[in-house]
Amino acid sequence: MSAKTNRLGLDRSIYRGSKTTLCAGCGHNAISERVIDAFFELGIPLHRVIKLSGIGCSSKSPAYFLGQSFAFNAIHGRMPSVATGALLANRNLLALGVSGDGDTAAIGIGQFVHLLRRNVPMIYVIEDNGVYGLTKGQFSATADAGSKSKGGVTNVLPAIDPCVLALELGATFVARSFSGDKKQLIEILKAATSHRGSALIDVVSPCVAFNDHEGSTKSYSYVRDHEEPLTYASYVPQHEDIEVAYDPGTTVSVRLHDGSQVKLKKLRSDYNPTDRLAAIVRLRQARDRGEILTGIFFIEPEAADFIQLLNLVDEPLASLRQERLRPSPEALVAIMEELR
Amino acid sequence: MPGIESGLTNHKTHQLICNDFNIQIATVNGSGSQTANMVLLRSLFQMGIPVSGKNLFPSNIAGLPTWFTIRVSTDGYVARGENVDILVAMNPESAREDVSKLASGSMVVYDEPLNLRSFRDDLFLYPIPFDRLVAPVCADAKLRRFVKNMIYDGVLSWLLGIEMSEVERSLRKQFKKKPTAADLNFKAVQAGYEYALQYLTKSDPFRVESMDATRGKLIIDGNTAAALGCVFAGVSVVAWYPITPSSSLCESLTEYLHRYRVDPQTGKATFAIVQAEDELAALGIAIGAGWAGARAMTSTSGPGISLMGEFAGLAYYAEIPVVIFDIQRVGPSTGLPTRTAQSDILSAAFLSHGDTRHLLLFPASVEECFEFSMEAFDLAEEFQTPVFVMSDLDLGMNNWMADPFAYPQGSLRRGKVLTEDELNQLTGFARYRDSDGDGIPYRTLPGNPHPAAAYFTRGSGHDERAQYSERPEAYTQNMDRLARKYETARRRVPAPVVDFNPKAKVGLVAFGSSHWAVVEARDLLCSCHSLETSYLRLRAFPFHNEVDEFVRAHDRVYVVEQNRDGQMGHLLRLEVDSREVVKLRSVRHYDGLPITARTIVEQVMEQETQGEGVKE
Repeated sequence: MSAKTNRLGLDRSIYRGSKTTLCAGCGHNAISERVIDAFFELGIPLHRVIKLSGIGCSSKSPAYFLGQSFAFNAIHGRMPSVATGALLANRNLLALGVSGDGDTAAIGIGQFVHLLRRNVPMIYVIEDNGVYGLTKGQFSATADAGSKSKGGVTNVLPAIDPCVLALELGATFVARSFSGDKKQLIEILKAATSHRGSALIDVVSPCVAFNDHEGSTKSYSYVRDHEEPLTYASYVPQHEDIEVAYDPGTTVSVRLHDGSQVKLKKLRSDYNPTDRLAAIVRLRQARDRGEILTGIFFIEPEAADFIQLLNLVDEPLASLRQERLRPSPEALVAIMEELR
Repeated sequence: MPGIESGLTNHKTHQLICNDFNIQIATVNGSGSQTANMVLLRSLFQMGIPVSGKNLFPSNIAGLPTWFTIRVSTDGYVARGENVDILVAMNPESAREDVSKLASGSMVVYDEPLNLRSFRDDLFLYPIPFDRLVAPVCADAKLRRFVKNMIYDGVLSWLLGIEMSEVERSLRKQFKKKPTAADLNFKAVQAGYEYALQYLTKSDPFRVESMDATRGKLIIDGNTAAALGCVFAGVSVVAWYPITPSSSLCESLTEYLHRYRVDPQTGKATFAIVQAEDELAALGIAIGAGWAGARAMTSTSGPGISLMGEFAGLAYYAEIPVVIFDIQRVGPSTGLPTRTAQSDILSAAFLSHGDTRHLLLFPASVEECFEFSMEAFDLAEEFQTPVFVMSDLDLGMNNWMADPFAYPQGSLRRGKVLTEDELNQLTGFARYRDSDGDGIPYRTLPGNPHPAAAYFTRGSGHDERAQYSERPEAYTQNMDRLARKYETARRRVPAPVVDFNPKAKVGLVAFGSSHWAVVEARDLLCSCHSLETSYLRLRAFPFHNEVDEFVRAHDRVYVVEQNRDGQMGHLLRLEVDSREVVKLRSVRHYDGLPITARTIVEQVMEQETQGEGVKE
């Protein structure tokens, strides 16, 4: 692949969006760049993609990448339902949802829970900074207990860990990354595009305006000092068909449903990314040590997604024509006869 | 000897009352009486006699009192009748109160141990030993409490002259998949009939006789009719959350879709139905699907409507087609979940914050539940906006006679959707531009590969290119276009049905299920009070200009509705020519039971005989 253009012959600039209006240095801007990198490098056709978001700083960011893709900025915390409906209408779409920690773990936790429970096939990125930015610095539900706000208030409530919650709910792809970890985030995003089902990526993404100070557990310096990669992913797309040699003692390969592979370098020996309980245990242990575990924690590539569970026809429901949507006059006569 | 009590005044005894009375069956919720009641209703219907059936039930799974009322009407009136002429008293809890309300000369079939003889002596009383009769018929003691109800069908058949062949036919229809159950239940009917034949002496005046008024008709509830409308409208994404009295719409829809919309080649579904986690998600799913080009809907009732507010505003402002059924029940708050009302009119019309206005349809009959379901999907896609179908519990859950539904003519109206080819012929695409001057913009669907097709859908301020904008002129321009679109819709939604009486100074305006009581009330006003009336039945909001003309043409216009605050009256005052507004008066009914003709007649006559309304 040429460095300038991807397999579709497109320049990286085509994958850009409009200019960001978020703060300089905001972790969310880095995530937008990684989305551009991943989708450009994979050569994903932009018309196949829909970008969805809720409300908040995070949810503004879909405007800043993949400008030629359809987008839907929904209401606060309710993006999962809109995404679910859009994918039921058109199963050929590749959905990328972007949410925040308030959008996901507070107002939208109900919809988040049910999205994962249904295994709706989409990528769900949480741009997680532990704080409400647009309303100027209130704690969110992912803020750690003991973390200090910019104004000096200590958060006394325990954090909701979206990854542990997701694992408990039966999520089929659970990962965490850091907006400052360029290489890891690109590879996780790429792997997520090939996953059949909900791919949750919780990305710790520091807020330079309200949560980047001493005493915060979501500041750049705190995250850099406490990030502990559990696995390191490298994604081999199906179209590249490269056999990479690896040491099975240190690397696990997971084949995704479209034939691509994700190779996970185990930074802790004996880790098995298809063991749900082990993932929960690791995450809880890391939390107790004050570590921020990153990497792909869990993948279940063969689980049925919501489209399969509903046994939908192969073509998008939205493109079915009248002949297939409206039963025949004879059908109506038969129904009327039963009611006589 | 069982039979009629002595002491009865003979004022009704010599007048035959044929095909014109109300039967009320009082049972315990969860005792399976619904089957016996439907068999009775259908038997009368099959004899060609006009009937309607209304179920008055509690918000409870089992144990509380429930009443089923069958109105038998030679003249074909199907509104609720107020008086009970024939009571079947099966429930010890409610029997005394039920009996105490009866007018002298009414007839009661009751469970013998209730011992009503000592209670009233001016009724035709028929005690029946239900337990003794059911035992030999039904060996399984656990089933007896269900089968027992069939006995009153047999007793009433003998007393009223219902043909047993019709009872058997309707019973077999009811149990069509369970012939053994049909046999067992019919034995119970026969036991009741035989007992009545042998031991009762008929003295009451109530009779039925075969007519020819139901030929070709069917019996259906409004929710099933609406579900069928959705099937034939080509709905493909349905999301809902269970709530009384709306649930049976989506349950019936599920059943029909599985029967008629599974691809015969692949066995796969051409539809998706999701029972969502709440009403917010239900509407969110429908909106996402509508945005992506599917025909999408949800169905709910009052509390769900309240929860859907924010999403309804998004769909209005971002211009996304979606159909929302509101099967109205009594509010505010949880209210009376199993009772009927028309009290979500204002909240649905303006649902959500900001300047928001929606399109509402008001079906009055089961036929219109079918037709308006299809119309709602067409309007939603043509106008790229939510369309609310405002049914109610009475229409949705009760049984109504209907003519067979006509197969829809013409094609689905999918609205202004640009394909890739069409985009190729255009110089540019702006999602919210008013290219045609009707306020309705063009849209593209996700997946359209044309490089100019994609746009950013948002509930925040946007310009005609769908770009985020806080500029005052962009906001105003967009809001004014939405208002223009609404004016276009005013001319396209179903027009009111007007029965204009040139002799009438008084007009009646009604909508939805109130219609049937209005029909009857107009006859009564004319025959009992010599009051000629015109009638306009609203079928949609925004209102057609015809509504203005109707008000102008009359001195006094009564708006009949089933809520406390006269909500439709308020809506009319907002829209009708301000010089005419003083003519609007109100008839309101809000006790949770379906409105009756008597309520309308009384409230109209009270106002007609007061103040400037005095006649002569």
